[in-house]
Amino acid sequence: MTGPSSSEALTKPASSGLGWLLDQRVLLSIAVLALLPWLLPSKALAVNVLIYGVVVMGYNLLFGYTGLLSFGQAAFFGAGAYFTGIAIGRYGMPWFAAVPVAVLLSTCLAAAIGVVSTRTRGIYFSMVTLALAQLVYYVALQAASFTGGENGLRGFTVDRISLFGLQVNFLDPVNKYYVLMAFAALAMWFQSRILNSPFGAVIEAIRENEQRARACGYDVERSKLVVFMLSGAISSLGGCMLALHLSIVPLDILHYQTSGMIVMMVLLGGASSFFGPFVGAASFLILEDVISLWTPHWQIIVGAIFVLFVLFLPKGIWGTLLDALGIGKARR
Amino acid sequence: MSGELLRAEGIGKRFGGFVALEGITVSFAAGQLTSIIGPNGAGKSTFFNILSGALTPTSGKLHFRGRELNGLPQHRFVHQGISRSYQITNIFPDLSVHENVRVAAQALIVSYDIWRNRARLVELNGRADAALDAVGLLARRNELAKFLSHGQQRALEIAIALVAEPELLLLDEPTAGMGPEETKDMVALLERLADKRTVLLVEHKMKMVLGLSKRVVVLHHGRLLADGAPDEIRSNPEVRRVYLGQSEGYG
Repeated sequence: MTGPSSSEALTKPASSGLGWLLDQRVLLSIAVLALLPWLLPSKALAVNVLIYGVVVMGYNLLFGYTGLLSFGQAAFFGAGAYFTGIAIGRYGMPWFAAVPVAVLLSTCLAAAIGVVSTRTRGIYFSMVTLALAQLVYYVALQAASFTGGENGLRGFTVDRISLFGLQVNFLDPVNKYYVLMAFAALAMWFQSRILNSPFGAVIEAIRENEQRARACGYDVERSKLVVFMLSGAISSLGGCMLALHLSIVPLDILHYQTSGMIVMMVLLGGASSFFGPFVGAASFLILEDVISLWTPHWQIIVGAIFVLFVLFLPKGIWGTLLDALGIGKARR
Repeated sequence: MSGELLRAEGIGKRFGGFVALEGITVSFAAGQLTSIIGPNGAGKSTFFNILSGALTPTSGKLHFRGRELNGLPQHRFVHQGISRSYQITNIFPDLSVHENVRVAAQALIVSYDIWRNRARLVELNGRADAALDAVGLLARRNELAKFLSHGQQRALEIAIALVAEPELLLLDEPTAGMGPEETKDMVALLERLADKRTVLLVEHKMKMVLGLSKRVVVLHHGRLLADGAPDEIRSNPEVRRVYLGQSEGYG
């Protein structure tokens, strides 16, 4: 870390062309998401794509860009949802206070889990994150007076969203979608800034070659902790969105199956691409939606498709598409 | 030749019961090229890893510009002015050639800034390009590093180490796995580098080492066997016995 004085000396106004170009991925993504409710069979499905898209996008920062395979991302998704629900239901906070509080608390949880897990590497990292996330699950299960235990968290409902005197009926599915899309847009803008930042270069260097990054002078352990927290923060925002959307928080979202689903979604869509997580979330949820119509054993088919993807399209749907179109790294 | 830059005092390293290094005391003056040689298992790499902070010595002290380095984590070594390359090519394969070097230059200035656009750190771009130019890779700056030839990847590795503007540059077998043509280019590069800064080299190719270095340090079984000018080393009977006699490359 260097003070602003020495680094400021290196800053010059952006070459407008490149900065503008890189901003486009956020605008383009928002444009696609804005059309989503009219492209998908139901508004509910579109909302789920938004929510899981944000969760998976946060996870992509950790897995796709830093190369850390965590099996515990559900902890932050769930934490965001529970903290939002508790803040609204128990402490009577308005939504615009509950969401930042929930994200902040979830980031603290990510710091705690990150401090322990980022000291390990490879499979040990995956296992430690899995175990600690399960710990969070059992805490939520046992602390029933706070969390509702097995029944999930109930007793909070957000039916209107008001800001700056503007009132929106949040029960209307279209309104709900576009309000939640504003959250997703915020998350995308934040993620894009991280990826374009000097720190974004550091995490990519760590993914490419941890030993070399250390020899270059980066504190790899601390950088991993920072990215773990950022990733948890973004995924927890998805949790906040889920709580606002459902008005309940099912205990299941903390379960390791949710973590597994997040990993599948990022691989389906394409790790280390900006919009891949939304493509992955959409494909997974559409597959689930369609296949579960004609068989209750939809997981067998989704699982088989997933295996085919890992074998033949390791860059996922979006990553493969970008490759085919010859779109370079900088614009992803 | 402006005095002592790095001093190792009684450096020892054990791995369990195995003694890899014992009682290495040696000092390196600023502004010259010194080579460390020795047969396989002599402890060269261990010594190099200690000098670059990758390993912590079990005994002894390391002084760099009068400052003790013991206990400093590896990532701080670059900030002190010691930079290294690796024996096995160690680059960022899926980043562009330019980004490989740019991110290395960035390490000295900023790590945790998540807000500004890195493209605005324009001075780093210039420094990265200058380092690429120094190793003859500027023309390939936009390609992914993994698509470079072996020799070019070795050169890139040196550019990564070089962009930190180190006072001491540690190079671990920069010509490993290279053909004669590539080796020739690398030797020319090393000669240019040695003009301007202090270089410490681990190398197997004897002829090259003796031609290039001002001074040669010989390790054997984890101990310092000889230390002197190439001519002295060449005629040292002990060195001939343990090392040079085996080497076909000695000419």
